[in-house]
Amino acid sequence: MTLKLGVPSKGRLQEATIEWFGARGITITRSDLGREYRGTVSLEGVELVLLSAAEVPRELAAGRLHLGVTGQDLVHEEIPRWSERLIEMEEMGFGHADLIIAVPAFWVDVTSMPDLDAAAAAFRQIHGHRLRVATKYHHLVREFFRQHDIADYQLVDSQGATEGSVKNLTAEAVADITSTGSTLRDNHLKILEDGLVLRSQATLFASRAAPWSPESRRALREICARIGSAAPDLAA
Amino acid sequence: MVVADRAYLKGARVGAGLAALEAEVARILSVLGQTGAARVEPAALQPAEVLLDLYGEDIRARAFVTRDDRAEMMLRPDFTVPIVRLHMAQGVNPARYSYCGPVWRRQEFGSDRPREYLQAGLEIFGEGAPAEADAEVLALIGEALAGAPVSLLTGDMGLAIAGIEALETSAPRRAALRRHLWRPARFQELLHRFGVDQAKMTVRRAALIEAAQSGTLDAMIAEAGAPVGLRTAEEVMGRVERLVAEAVTPPLDPGKVRALEALMAVRGTCASVLATLRDFSRDLPGLGTAIDRFEARLAAFAARGIDPAALAFEAGFGRTTLEYYDGFVFGAIAEGRPDLPPIASGGRYDALTEVLGQGQGMPAVGGIIRPEALLALTGGSPQ
Repeated sequence: MTLKLGVPSKGRLQEATIEWFGARGITITRSDLGREYRGTVSLEGVELVLLSAAEVPRELAAGRLHLGVTGQDLVHEEIPRWSERLIEMEEMGFGHADLIIAVPAFWVDVTSMPDLDAAAAAFRQIHGHRLRVATKYHHLVREFFRQHDIADYQLVDSQGATEGSVKNLTAEAVADITSTGSTLRDNHLKILEDGLVLRSQATLFASRAAPWSPESRRALREICARIGSAAPDLAA
Repeated sequence: MVVADRAYLKGARVGAGLAALEAEVARILSVLGQTGAARVEPAALQPAEVLLDLYGEDIRARAFVTRDDRAEMMLRPDFTVPIVRLHMAQGVNPARYSYCGPVWRRQEFGSDRPREYLQAGLEIFGEGAPAEADAEVLALIGEALAGAPVSLLTGDMGLAIAGIEALETSAPRRAALRRHLWRPARFQELLHRFGVDQAKMTVRRAALIEAAQSGTLDAMIAEAGAPVGLRTAEEVMGRVERLVAEAVTPPLDPGKVRALEALMAVRGTCASVLATLRDFSRDLPGLGTAIDRFEARLAAFAARGIDPAALAFEAGFGRTTLEYYDGFVFGAIAEGRPDLPPIASGGRYDALTEVLGQGQGMPAVGGIIRPEALLALTGGSPQ
């Protein structure tokens, strides 16, 4: 059975991935037929699977991909106790994104998570509901708030334009990916000094759950040799 | 797990296995119902809003949430809140209720804890003599455990709460400590912030304090950014005022902090710790009422044949469990069976009724037994 390599199906992430493998002697060629995403890898025993980066974590965890390229943020959010199911092989040096906690810049009294906790307690007294934090990263943010012992908050789901939630009065704070910080400034928000939840970049992951046949192990060794990575210990 | 398996018990969803469990539940309920408790069966689906408001966002990681076109609902993660709500809708005090049914808890990946298990319990509301009600719950739960090999452990959250109240410091500090009593790491950090680290905190906030004292805080806020969102500039100024007040509040007396920490670490038997607790009254005057309550409870235990000299006590017990207990707490741990959860647990939660009743609180105490775990422990033949 061949080794299935999952690669983002479009956009900058795909271009950068193809370039990254190309620089390491592994050529990925797109050969689309109509609307069907297709392509090949220049290594024997490796099958290319093109899919949305957001689907890669789940497919790796289920063992339907042997290897896959996606963001660490997505893996940590989607796969509970991910390190028992996936192995991080190589950080690829692009797709940088930090998941951060941000609050309105005019909150001069709030610069840290303990400040946010104190402000949240007072907010609840005054407004009769918990301080709302808009995010799409529910697991990561809840865990981060739990680690910081923050009590009086609630998460509200936001699947896009999260930075606008405060202005739109649907949240008091946000937890979102920022790559430049300019969107935050445009929305009059600032990052808390200890509000970095996760530093993320595009990363090559291996699945512990995939069926690792002798053939796919051979292909894995070849890929590892080309990209200069140690062969991962696949045992769970 | 086989289809017929359930929490802690193999094959107890059919035939003889189920019959044995049903008999055990009936036996437990007849013991818990002896003092006239009415049987209740709260809805399995509870409004998510009520539970979220009470427990906060963490409950989402612990309870199953579902929704339809009408509302977001939660599968009850325990019986206390549903029964308090039922009782408040009925509104007759005093009242006592017994119940048995499944509760549901979300579990993490890789965890082998059950997602669904039974709780059988008793809740007593509005009983004017708290010591009596505390002792009654413990005695009935103890009787229902019927000699199973468990160690009973008790605690008293009221002592820690009284210890905080006894600190000679500002009301906001005491409120902050009380709020984080159930989060030991943050509690410890607050004791430092208000004590040995206070000078450091004041330095960190020097610019804010300076702006507030020189009347330039408005300008500082306006400069920092547009006033977006529900939280207003007045609220920001309000908090800065509290920070200024905090900076000039004398740090906590290190001796009192040590006394509070020592108080929360007291352990022994209920009888043996009484004198120790009385000693703390010297450093933390104001503890007296809480200790009187503790002592009255010991007398009530003795009157029901529970020997205070044989009953274990840990002042810290209850601090890392659900945060609604605010007085007497207890648990029954299965001896030599670390695979089983506490076979029984419970406590007093007067403050919770006040929150759910929007200020209309009442004395409330209760406890639960996990019938499946009890049967797994006794092998189906409690003596």
